[in-house]
Amino acid sequence: MTIALLTDIHSNREALEACLAHAQDRGATRYLFLGDYVGYGADPVWVVDTIMDYAARGAVALRGNHDEATGSARDVHMNEDAQRCVDWTRTQLSAEQLDFLARLPLSAQEGNALFVHANGWDPQGYEYIHGPMEAARNLQVVRARITFCGHMHEPMLYHMGLTQRVEMFSPVPGTPIPLSAARRWLAIPGSVGQPRDGNPAACYATYDEFNNLLTFWRIPYDHATAAHKVRAAGLPERYADQLVLGA
Amino acid sequence: MSTIPAAPVSGPGDGAAPAPATSLHNVSLVPGQVIDGFRLLERLHRGGMAVLWKVTRADLAEPAIMKIPLLGDDPASIVGFEVEQMILPLLRGPHVPRFIAAGGFDAQPYIVMEMLQGESLRARLDGGPLAPEELVRIGMRAAEALHDVHQQQVIHHDVKPSNIMFRADGTAVLIDFGLARHDRLPDLLAEQFRLPMGTGPYISPEQVLHNRTDPRSDLYALGVILYYLATGARPFGAPTSVRGLRRRLYEQAAPPRTRVHDFPPWLQEVILHCLEVDPERRYATAAQLAFDLAHPQGVALTARAASQLPSAWERLRRLTRRMLTRPEVRTMAQQLNRAPIVMAAVDLTQESEALADALRAAVRHVLNAAPQARLACVSVLRTNRLVLETPLDAVGNHRHVLRLVQLQHWARPLALPPGRATFHVLEAPDPAQAILDYASANRVDHVVVGSRGASSLRRYLGSVSTQVVAEAACTVTVVKVPREERASSRSDGTSL
Repeated sequence: MTIALLTDIHSNREALEACLAHAQDRGATRYLFLGDYVGYGADPVWVVDTIMDYAARGAVALRGNHDEATGSARDVHMNEDAQRCVDWTRTQLSAEQLDFLARLPLSAQEGNALFVHANGWDPQGYEYIHGPMEAARNLQVVRARITFCGHMHEPMLYHMGLTQRVEMFSPVPGTPIPLSAARRWLAIPGSVGQPRDGNPAACYATYDEFNNLLTFWRIPYDHATAAHKVRAAGLPERYADQLVLGA
Repeated sequence: MSTIPAAPVSGPGDGAAPAPATSLHNVSLVPGQVIDGFRLLERLHRGGMAVLWKVTRADLAEPAIMKIPLLGDDPASIVGFEVEQMILPLLRGPHVPRFIAAGGFDAQPYIVMEMLQGESLRARLDGGPLAPEELVRIGMRAAEALHDVHQQQVIHHDVKPSNIMFRADGTAVLIDFGLARHDRLPDLLAEQFRLPMGTGPYISPEQVLHNRTDPRSDLYALGVILYYLATGARPFGAPTSVRGLRRRLYEQAAPPRTRVHDFPPWLQEVILHCLEVDPERRYATAAQLAFDLAHPQGVALTARAASQLPSAWERLRRLTRRMLTRPEVRTMAQQLNRAPIVMAAVDLTQESEALADALRAAVRHVLNAAPQARLACVSVLRTNRLVLETPLDAVGNHRHVLRLVQLQHWARPLALPPGRATFHVLEAPDPAQAILDYASANRVDHVVVGSRGASSLRRYLGSVSTQVVAEAACTVTVVKVPREERASSRSDGTSL
């Protein structure tokens, strides 16, 4: 079974559509959304509707910090511009959509994998996995062999073998990576709707459970239109620029 | 096995960490036992890191090899096994053992692969120095195998005689990918271990410095093998300490001719070219090494061909240059792409002058984009199928020599340094087939060939370029000249 892993969509309809179409072409039969469906972008209604639709059909959708801030109006320490997006998004979504976001679970465990938005040691603290130090913390605490998380917008793969040393690897898009059963893995697919590594193409990943193969993807999409909508909605200019530059 | 064992870097962390399943100190296996459907027939070998069993399974026509790691306290052997389990299934073709199955770490870990008959190259070491012709044959076969694996994005990193085997038709097969690195996958051995990963006599200078990203490391190891087979001695002995390994960073290998006095200078040039300390000064690709071994007359002799060690001054100069240059970081694909073998199929008949000029311009573009490319300039002398021809033309000139001179004249404006271009006149009844055969035998990456368009000759002979495009296994650029110019040329030549 091929699982599509999508995270940090941030109200970007064009990017999500492109990734979902690609995943379907690749034979994905199961969808896991790792959180942050809203914030930054101009299409929260379409994006949340789509996630609700997938969830109703059996997909797993987890809660990210932007979803929490938007759905429950809880303060999760955002900068001023990000908070502006949260406030605007709350005016766009229906009560049902806000309730959906507020009630999402923080993590899910299936087989030998843990799925979580930010990290496996304290999902609700939303601390970032910036590098091998934080990755080691995750890999030492989590019992599952593979952790999939979002929150960081750059695709990255960490692994730890017998020596307990954590190595990091920048995945090559489109290359299936065999996840050796003799080590622990922490995979960050990268952001669908707000890529920040200098490449505007959307990020997501597929995991072939049977063959134990993880593939990271970069999907080009109409980022000019997505950026235009951000400006038209009166959201902070820099979130439009980021879509064009990918940074 | 003489692989330098990597020292365990540290003990397991704080004890709270759940370690992967590794409590698999091998239970004793006996003939007749069945593992995942494979019946163990006979134990063939027990090395330092693994045991090899001959096995069979109902659906297999021939017995296969099952490699079972010895999972002791040495993490290096476990990681090495993980690496081979990751990389071997991805490799294809005749130069690697065919992967059949693998078993995970949750039960009995193993890899099952094709069983190769015969002995490894190691058996040839006992017979003393080999004749140069034999050495060249082995070198070409091994270089072919390395190039194939490199094109599949994998660096072997443990090329040594015991890891090279041969099929019945002579094809070299590389075995044991436990130290390998795939350019697009996580390197499980990167910086995990304190000691350099490799085998003492064959390890490249950059591997000693913990750089595992350069495919030319394998060319260094092959150079050591050829040196050993040529002289009966290894250029830097068989060091077992890091200090001993580091000698090769500063010292030059004694030229083979100081050990075997009548050793061919061109072959010494080739071997020492492989043994350059700085990978940038080695052959750019294994294909280029194979090309030189196949074309001794095209090897440009440098100071490396001399029979003495370079002077102290020269050595100091090289060392300084090495220390001052920062190596460029490239992916394997980039490294291979900047060093293709380009073939120019040149038609030198009079009516094709404009086309020959256009062809040269196209070749110049290709070479500009690939700074380490090798150019093979080829012209075909068309021979009749049935009539035995005299090699002399009407006025007594040797046609073959004449064509070779014309070919060199054609390439002169490209101003290529010695060693970058070679010249070949092929005599064949079918020019297109001759070009295709040459391209295939020499692992040509890019053929540049002219098309004479709608000439009467083309109608008579068929289009050479069309056949080359249709049948070549590599990229082909077809060069044309604008129609006006073509109209002015006559078309009654008989050769390409």
